[in-house]
Amino acid sequence: MQLVKSGRIVEDRYVRIADDAPIPDGVAVIVSDARFLANAGALLQRVEPVGVLWPNNRPIEALAPYLGRLALVALAFPGFRDGRAYSQARILRERYGFGGELRATGQVLRDQFLFLLRAGFDSFEVSKEGDAAAFVGSTRRFDVFYQPTGDGRATAFRRRLGRPPQAVPAGTRAHAL
Amino acid sequence: MYRYDDFDQTLVHQRVAEFRDQVGRRLSGALTEDEFKILRLMNGVYLQLHAYMLRIAIPYGTLSSEQMRMLAHVARRYDRGYGHFTTRQNIQFNWIKLEEMPDTLADLAGVKMHAMQTSGNCVRNITTDQWAGVAADEIEDPRIWAEVLRQYSTLHPEFSFLPRKFKIAISAAAHDRAAVAVHDIGLRMVRNSAGEVGFEVQVGGGLGRTPFIGKVIKPFLPKRDLLSYVEAVLRVYNQYGRRDNIYKARIKILVHELGAEKFGAEVEKEWATIKDSALALDPAVIADVAERFTYPDYERLEDNPPALARARQEDRAFAAWLDNSVSNHKQPGYAIVTLSLKPVGAPPGDATAEQMDAIADLADRYSFGEIRVGHEQNLVLPHVAQKELPELWQKLEAHGLATPNVGLVSDIIACPGLDYCSLANARSIPVAQELTQRFRDHKLASTIGRLHINISGCINACGHHHVGHIGILGVEKNGEEFYQITLGGRADEDARLGTLLGPAVRYGEVADVVEDVVAAYVELRKTPQELFIDTVKRIGIEPFKERVYAAR
Ligand code: SF4
Repeated sequence: MQLVKSGRIVEDRYVRIADDAPIPDGVAVIVSDARFLANAGALLQRVEPVGVLWPNNRPIEALAPYLGRLALVALAFPGFRDGRAYSQARILRERYGFGGELRATGQVLRDQFLFLLRAGFDSFEVSKEGDAAAFVGSTRRFDVFYQPTGDGRATAFRRRLGRPPQAVPAGTRAHAL
Repeated sequence: MYRYDDFDQTLVHQRVAEFRDQVGRRLSGALTEDEFKILRLMNGVYLQLHAYMLRIAIPYGTLSSEQMRMLAHVARRYDRGYGHFTTRQNIQFNWIKLEEMPDTLADLAGVKMHAMQTSGNCVRNITTDQWAGVAADEIEDPRIWAEVLRQYSTLHPEFSFLPRKFKIAISAAAHDRAAVAVHDIGLRMVRNSAGEVGFEVQVGGGLGRTPFIGKVIKPFLPKRDLLSYVEAVLRVYNQYGRRDNIYKARIKILVHELGAEKFGAEVEKEWATIKDSALALDPAVIADVAERFTYPDYERLEDNPPALARARQEDRAFAAWLDNSVSNHKQPGYAIVTLSLKPVGAPPGDATAEQMDAIADLADRYSFGEIRVGHEQNLVLPHVAQKELPELWQKLEAHGLATPNVGLVSDIIACPGLDYCSLANARSIPVAQELTQRFRDHKLASTIGRLHINISGCINACGHHHVGHIGILGVEKNGEEFYQITLGGRADEDARLGTLLGPAVRYGEVADVVEDVVAAYVELRKTPQELFIDTVKRIGIEPFKERVYAAR
């Protein structure tokens, strides 16, 4: 597994802590949803950053009260065809304005990078050999986007406005609304 | 026609490049078949019984003659000389080699065609009325909204990995020709009491092993809110739709399990948070999309020109075709012509490369270069001057495209079935072929009148058997092909599911049973004008049941 952040392969500074293991001082940690919710108050008092690994079948709304102090939320792709975490990510970013690190974990292939990026993820635990290195290329495959998301890219709908209308081909007339 | 611009063109080319890379990684072994499967499905590539199948989108069923010629080229160059039009405004090629898929797609991209999202668990090709823009009974052209939805749903970052496939259809006419009630989202354009046009939103319709008619969750949705509301539906479904069992993963099951009211309430809750986001449709954006649709510069013509009346008098075969295959057009002096892809004894919906080329030429000559594809697997020339109908008819005849059986008993919708499909229990195409033989006599068929037969080779219901006036479903019993027959289904504005006639019958008996049912109808109808579907509605299926099973 390699971690990609801001388009580069980086060292992971977070340590994932099992539910029954003590939480070490002096390092950034990621804990499970259950552990986090049970000790949210204490965990968020820590000096070092705290992240939570949130499953894709638990409503993400439950995290809302803590988002201001959470450094990282990791969302899960148990298989890459299970797309629930895309919705969770957009809700975190776009509804709650979560500004921390949003990490994709599980089966994460290069073919999803752009979708993930557009949904608001900014770090990626990449499962497959070669995919991390291909990150930048894979996310630049497209320059046209049809839907508005929190990433702010202008949609084709918007970009067309303000351009001169296309000429109507001979023998036809344009639609009149 | 909708004019794609450089944005649309760029995206299609970039998608081909991405797919070429994915095929390359599969061929080199960098992707496992399991991984590749999901990726190829998202681009319309299925593994069938004998080979890969490529399904190409025909957005809202509109094709230019140039695009039709490209389909002919694909049929010749990469396939075995023919293609198969489906019930969802797509065309399928059954014999394309995986290695040649990227080149096939690149050729198609040259005329702005693609296979994006024609399969996979994403939003599929948006379908609509094949008469959109020319039907006399429509509120407005629904393709503008199909196009808005096409763009919105293409490569959607949040909804490309839904629990299951997702189909949206839209209709703007009094008569629903798009079968919206059997779609995941069905949109009907309606006018509210203030006279504004918007959408009635149905969700959770669908066929397959658990068929449902869609339920209205929003009686009137303003146009500006179309995308935000669809996004809310998709988001609720993406999060809460079942993923534990593929047969329970469609939105219809979620709607059924929650109840339409609760589901609708969830959608409203979600919608409230995004209603006024960037998804709200600015009138300028809508106007821009609408402006990209062009319409023929029609001549000023009169209805029923003398040349037409004369030809009708002189030639009975022409008159039969005229009565059957030609429909009213919005514009005086013009007509909508349906080209039957159901000649006697041939697989429904197939067209050869030669036919495609011929249709393209005829479209250029008689229909402003435009062709439509409908869900009954027939093609349409949407803008033909009435005075040219006799000449067009002769040319269609010469290419086997003027069988006057549109909407009649031999205009059968059938899925590929056991001849091609790896999921099939039974054959569909040969059943359809046998039935067209039995009802080949045009006089008999016109006496019977409007009657839709739909055939599916398995419970997945690609032939929409539940909504056939007569539905035929292939099942398997001890390794043998059996068929269940249902009566009284329909997919129009009065949509309902058919009722099972009785125990399944053997392959060799299907055509006999259908003949018996039809004979019973002819005896039992109140008047010759009472349609089969209305007779079944009036008297129920018992009289048919008696007739069929008494003899067996
Ligand atoms: S209904 Fe069944 S047999 Fe027919 S095409 Fe669909 S999956 Fe195949």
